[in-house]
Amino acid sequence: MKVLVPIKRVIDANVKVRVKADESGVELTNVKMAMNPFCEIAVEEAVRLKEAGTASEVIVVAAGIAQSQETLRTGLAMGADRAILIQTDTPLEPLAVAKLLKAVVDKEEPGLLLLGKQAIDGDNNQTAQMVSALLGWSQATFASKVAVDGDKLNVTREVDGGLENVNLNMPAVVSVDLRLNEPRYASLPNIMKAKKKPLETVTPEDLGVDVTPRVETVKVSEPPARQAGVKVASVAELVEKLKNEAKVI
Amino acid sequence: MSILVVAEHDNAALKPAVLNAVTAAVELAGHAGGDVHLLVAGENAGAVAEEAAKIAGVAKVLHSDGAEYAHGLAENLAPLIVKLASGYSHVIAAATSFGKNVMPRAAALLDVQQVSDISAIESADTFVRPIYAGNAMATVRSTDSVKLITIRGTAFDAAAAEGGSAAVENTDGAGDTGLSRFMGQELTKSERPELTTAGIVISGGRGMQSGDNFAMLEKVADKLGAAIGASRAAVDAGFVPNDYQVGQTGKVVAPDLYLAIGISGAIQHLAGMKDSKVIVAINKDEEAPIFQVADYGLVADLFQAVPELEAALDG
Repeated sequence: MKVLVPIKRVIDANVKVRVKADESGVELTNVKMAMNPFCEIAVEEAVRLKEAGTASEVIVVAAGIAQSQETLRTGLAMGADRAILIQTDTPLEPLAVAKLLKAVVDKEEPGLLLLGKQAIDGDNNQTAQMVSALLGWSQATFASKVAVDGDKLNVTREVDGGLENVNLNMPAVVSVDLRLNEPRYASLPNIMKAKKKPLETVTPEDLGVDVTPRVETVKVSEPPARQAGVKVASVAELVEKLKNEAKVI
Repeated sequence: MSILVVAEHDNAALKPAVLNAVTAAVELAGHAGGDVHLLVAGENAGAVAEEAAKIAGVAKVLHSDGAEYAHGLAENLAPLIVKLASGYSHVIAAATSFGKNVMPRAAALLDVQQVSDISAIESADTFVRPIYAGNAMATVRSTDSVKLITIRGTAFDAAAAEGGSAAVENTDGAGDTGLSRFMGQELTKSERPELTTAGIVISGGRGMQSGDNFAMLEKVADKLGAAIGASRAAVDAGFVPNDYQVGQTGKVVAPDLYLAIGISGAIQHLAGMKDSKVIVAINKDEEAPIFQVADYGLVADLFQAVPELEAALDG
């Protein structure tokens, strides 16, 4: 079984995001970029499935600008076998990405798609559900446990009240949550090896997909700032202020 | 054209966030015109449909009954939403784990680019939503003919649960796709209020050092009638289950009082709680970023301060 892992290049999770002065977006120039943390978890899970003999091949796919190659190389260094870059300068919305991924799936015919549950830039939380819909496959979002059982997949999902267990027909689409695993760091020899692994580049036109955005960004602005308050010297003073000043207890 | 709210429930009662989604729908109707309808798809969920009919502002409840809707499986619910969507200008749901799971599947089937987790409505097609964990606010305009939207529950007040008298209309289902099966759930049992709707939340972070130490927070929570939350660091460390997590990738809360105990205040945590009315931080590191958003900060060892706080609440 092939496992396809779509991954995204985003601003590094540790970088403080700054809104551009002209409110056209956030500053991306000279900002450290990295693989979306949830995508790392998806790659890790796929590589573990291969190490366990369940998966035969792990393919990482990214859609975006040429520099997304770096993110794909990171995936290859973690243990993916080959990579596909769907290269475009058009900003991609989740629906467009889902359509591109469907086209890749139709060609590669994987048995499982593993994706991060959301990207930490747009915070949309849509792509996995959308590609599953377009494929007519089963879906399990927010997975904290994934186990292949013949032609079925058992998934434990993180839901608002606790955990939920579902049994999916394969092929399936799974979006992964934080606690599924702890992604490995790529070792230096593996980073070197990754440079020689195959990386294919295609375009949305090659795949016959229209990626024209549907949602227009009118502006991107700073969130309302919250003023720091006061320091209190003791628990007694804190309780007094909460009772008499803030009147919340 | 009217606005359809997809209701989350457990076949016995509506989830509280439905009331926030109704408020957003009523606000949308103010811009777009039309009525607010509620979809209750479930198994033997007639009581839920009756409950939904009483919500102020709801004009009609569509009730679809079938075993395939018993557990809110996205594969079965999405085709039902698709079937109904052509009669509506907007289809909305709260951005809970239910709404996040179901709505994008319906959107893709409708060839619509969903707008996720909106925190404000500017017009019938223009919405404000947080991006980058709330470090930026994007104002976006949807060009799709039907708009699929999830709403941030804390950004819209709850509609009154009583006062409406909507008609309940039965609607046929869209069939069972048979793609997936619900096997069971392990829900966290708690006598405390639900995290996202609690008036007071007390959360612990990595500084708590262990899951056992959360017992200290429980004692304070009991006295305040508070819900208990946690930072992602505390969840990652295995102190508490993931459904305690407050933050960008967990739950978003906006209580009257938020107590952050041993939480440094990482960006991703602030994203989940910075809209709280009053924030209290107790941390021994006076440089911790949490103090930059706290209304009241106490630089102290939490292992002394929290028991002291519990005792002080008796007075």
